[in-house]
Amino acid sequence: MNTQGFRFHGAALRALPSGALHWPDEALLVVSDLHLGKAARLSARGGAALPPYETRETLLRLEADLSATAARRVICLGDSFDAPGLDAVLPAADREAIARLQAGRDWTWIAGNHDPAPVTLGGTQAAEAWLGPLVFRHIATDDARGEVSGHYHPKARLRLRGRLLSRACFLLDDRRLILPAYGAYTGGLRTDDRTLCALMAEDARAILTGPSPAMIPMPRG
Amino acid sequence: MTTLPNPIRDWFDRRGWEMHPHQREMLARAGAPCQLLIAPTGGGKTLAGFLPTLAELAEDPAPGLHTLYISPLKALAADIRRNLMTPIEETGLPIRVEDRTGDTPSSRKKRQRADPPHILLTTPESLALLTSYEDAPRIFAGLQRIVVDEIHALAESKRGDQLMLALARLSALRPGLRRVGLSATVEDPAAIARLLARHPDPCEIVEADPGPAPDIAMLDTEASPPWSGGGAAYSIPAVLEEVRRHRTTLIFHNTRAQAEIFFHNLWLANEEALPIGIHHGSLDRGQREKVEAAMVRGELRAIVCTGSLDLGIDWGDVDLVIQIGAPKNVKRLVQRIGRANHRYNAPSKARLVPANRFEVVECVAALEAVRAHDLDGEPRGPGPRDVLCQHILIAACAGPFDADTLFAEMTTAGAYAGLDRGAFDSCLDFCATGGYALRAYDQWQRLKQRPDGLWQLRDPRSAPRIRQNIGTIQDTDTLKVRWRGRGGAPLGEIEEGFAASLTQGDTFLIGGQIVRYEGLRELTVEVSRDAARKPKIATFNGTKFATSTQLSQRILRMFRQENWPELPQHTADWLALQREVSRLPRPDRLLIESFPHDGREQLVVYGFAGRNAQQTLGLLLTKRMEEEGLAPMGFVSTDYATLIWGLDAVTDPRPLFDLARLEAGLETWLAGNAVMKRTFRASATIAGLIERQVGGQRKSGRQATMSSDILYDTLLKYDPDHLLMRITHEEAMRGLVDFDRIREMCARVGDRVDLLRLSRVTPLAAPLFLEPGRVPIAGRADERLLEEEVTRLLDESGLAQIEA
Repeated sequence: MNTQGFRFHGAALRALPSGALHWPDEALLVVSDLHLGKAARLSARGGAALPPYETRETLLRLEADLSATAARRVICLGDSFDAPGLDAVLPAADREAIARLQAGRDWTWIAGNHDPAPVTLGGTQAAEAWLGPLVFRHIATDDARGEVSGHYHPKARLRLRGRLLSRACFLLDDRRLILPAYGAYTGGLRTDDRTLCALMAEDARAILTGPSPAMIPMPRG
Repeated sequence: MTTLPNPIRDWFDRRGWEMHPHQREMLARAGAPCQLLIAPTGGGKTLAGFLPTLAELAEDPAPGLHTLYISPLKALAADIRRNLMTPIEETGLPIRVEDRTGDTPSSRKKRQRADPPHILLTTPESLALLTSYEDAPRIFAGLQRIVVDEIHALAESKRGDQLMLALARLSALRPGLRRVGLSATVEDPAAIARLLARHPDPCEIVEADPGPAPDIAMLDTEASPPWSGGGAAYSIPAVLEEVRRHRTTLIFHNTRAQAEIFFHNLWLANEEALPIGIHHGSLDRGQREKVEAAMVRGELRAIVCTGSLDLGIDWGDVDLVIQIGAPKNVKRLVQRIGRANHRYNAPSKARLVPANRFEVVECVAALEAVRAHDLDGEPRGPGPRDVLCQHILIAACAGPFDADTLFAEMTTAGAYAGLDRGAFDSCLDFCATGGYALRAYDQWQRLKQRPDGLWQLRDPRSAPRIRQNIGTIQDTDTLKVRWRGRGGAPLGEIEEGFAASLTQGDTFLIGGQIVRYEGLRELTVEVSRDAARKPKIATFNGTKFATSTQLSQRILRMFRQENWPELPQHTADWLALQREVSRLPRPDRLLIESFPHDGREQLVVYGFAGRNAQQTLGLLLTKRMEEEGLAPMGFVSTDYATLIWGLDAVTDPRPLFDLARLEAGLETWLAGNAVMKRTFRASATIAGLIERQVGGQRKSGRQATMSSDILYDTLLKYDPDHLLMRITHEEAMRGLVDFDRIREMCARVGDRVDLLRLSRVTPLAAPLFLEPGRVPIAGRADERLLEEEVTRLLDESGLAQIEA
């Protein structure tokens, strides 16, 4: 697996092709915005029944990353479920798959705006988590320092010899690190969006996901 | 009825009119369950359709809906209403006529449902919507006749299938309902008759006198057409001269972008300031209406237009049609020619203007075909099942339904007569549960079967969402364009993809004006005036016509000639030059050219297999090239060739053209492809899996809708036999794949494949570089380009040093 290594507040981190963050020294894997059960939420409101496979797809990706990194700790940075209560109605096979991933691992569900209520599955629930110099929460705060968050689903768009290419990406500056969405059915917010431009420092960088994660200056349109 | 009631006969007499023979025949046989009238433009076709209605209402003007008139265009419905009002007012008959389209105010729509007029003029989409209301049986209670205008245009698309399913519903409500179709000249009237009639009712076909042969020719121009390009700017002086010499000229273009550029250039040269307008589907409705009104008042000398004026709005005094760009299809050309001169028994006058030299050849071939009355057309397959899914949902909106009854009803639509019960049931299952192999979330299925066996919506909130999604027309995502500033006037719309490529200060053409991109505000593109003379060109998604097989064959036959006396000298010289620097394609060999251009390696395959098959060839060849490590980046196809660009040159084409390998891999190759995704997106939208984004909903779009590509990938991986995947496959095979013609091409050329390595673009290849509809290939080239870009960015920004 190609990864992009970088240092953030003293921690040696690796961005994985899938959009997960690996911290080898702590045997930690961080993923954000899984949005499990998204198909269900959209169907529930009178829309079409969408293919109910996104949870399986997301969990398979997570399983692959966990076995590749041999991580013992997992932090899900919020919006793990697309709506409160969805964890309880996931197909049995998906619930079992989550339980298998959790077995023998220290697992933390950070609350997100989509899933503020505690979940019915195993693992710890928290509004934020601290580990060494880093703090993990769902949404970036104004006075961040060593903050790892998600929420925005950042994606970068590049023009390559007349072709537009869009990739989910990490965003990184001296104070904060924002993870891309990990879930299978999730869209993205372009890095040239006003909100992201205001949030990130002038010299912010983006790490593109995909087969060969790479760090570039944050595209600002 | 063989004679007209007195008030109408008197009206005819006062005008000194006589009924045309076909009008008389339609009236005499008005009791038939189904009639199809084939008549040229100006033949009193619409009146022929309405005379029986007027006659019946003159005898018995009881309140209630008597006749539904369906037109493919909103504007046509409004126009017909104006035209119908003349005889109605002048005869003093108490007949109420109203139109109902997407533009009708909702207060009037509500009133129409409570108190319908005698004659309601509407579109297939608005009719489908009407049938989705619970009070549909009451609205249509008195309905006697349905008149489908321009049925030849509807018959070519899913709009026709949708309409016929709606008619099936109406016939179920009103068993004695009579159907009438009005059609322009077509190659196979019986096929349209089968589509129109309630299966298995017969349909009577009435063919009107086609009138005198049209006066058509190439437009004489001083300058020669360029090697390539679609602008036809060279013809501007000659076109202006024709406009000067005629009362009103329609100047047809094949795409909106070409119409914009031509219009712009026309005005730069229009020193006398002749009143010339522009009309196409991307323009703001208000602007289009202004142009239409000016046209009706006879204030415009010419209109630059696209297919938006293909259909029968009565423009009054049009006495010349100019077609810019190759007509692509003989039947459509004949129909466009008919736009000139609405007087029956006067020849229509049309001139063709090829935009480049290849199109000269195609235009000459098309002229020969018109003179030979050799119309082209492809038979349509069985009714598409995505439309069927939509109609099941529409039926559910109208109220609880019985599956057996609905199945019986739908099979009375001609295109669905052969539908088997299993196929229907899988559509019903899809609408109800999603039809996935994994049964999850059954508590939220869309349709539920009640204890009494009837099906109904689980959640009443579904109904408005389903209604909002009615229709089969695929819009690309577009953004509105407005002048900057508070309350800036709307100009029209552009594709989202085009808008995304703009940066502040870029200029483009819209509505004939050059505007400057200022920014995006709440999903509206804001522009300001710009004095530049040369704009960055708007890539509107104009309709792309495919050149018919028959025209392609005519062209290949022309290429075999020793010389070309029927072609203008410049074009004959050009073909001779191609023969000199490369070769001319032959029916019995496959010509492939390879050359570098634009920093990429180019490969041109002259298959002459028609646009769809060339497109498939592009798909298959790029896949093979990817396998061979040749890093293809994308391709574009025309009716005669496919151009593939990539990072490496092809030196040996034989491994690429192994038909057995092409065919064996077809399924897997297609699966991951952009064309399949595009087909999936269309079918998934029609079938109701993906919701159209409408107006204000756009803001929350990111949350409410899902990328169709992601849904496709998920189904491909976890549920490849899902109904929508099967429909996508079927649709692609029918429309986009056309593998039969690749097979035919391979059989025709055998192993006679000629690869010519050349140093530069060849004469015949040049036009390909300006073709829209480029299909990108996601593969190794992406990663290689990304690597280049990352390296460049790192070097430029100095990050390379920092991170090392």
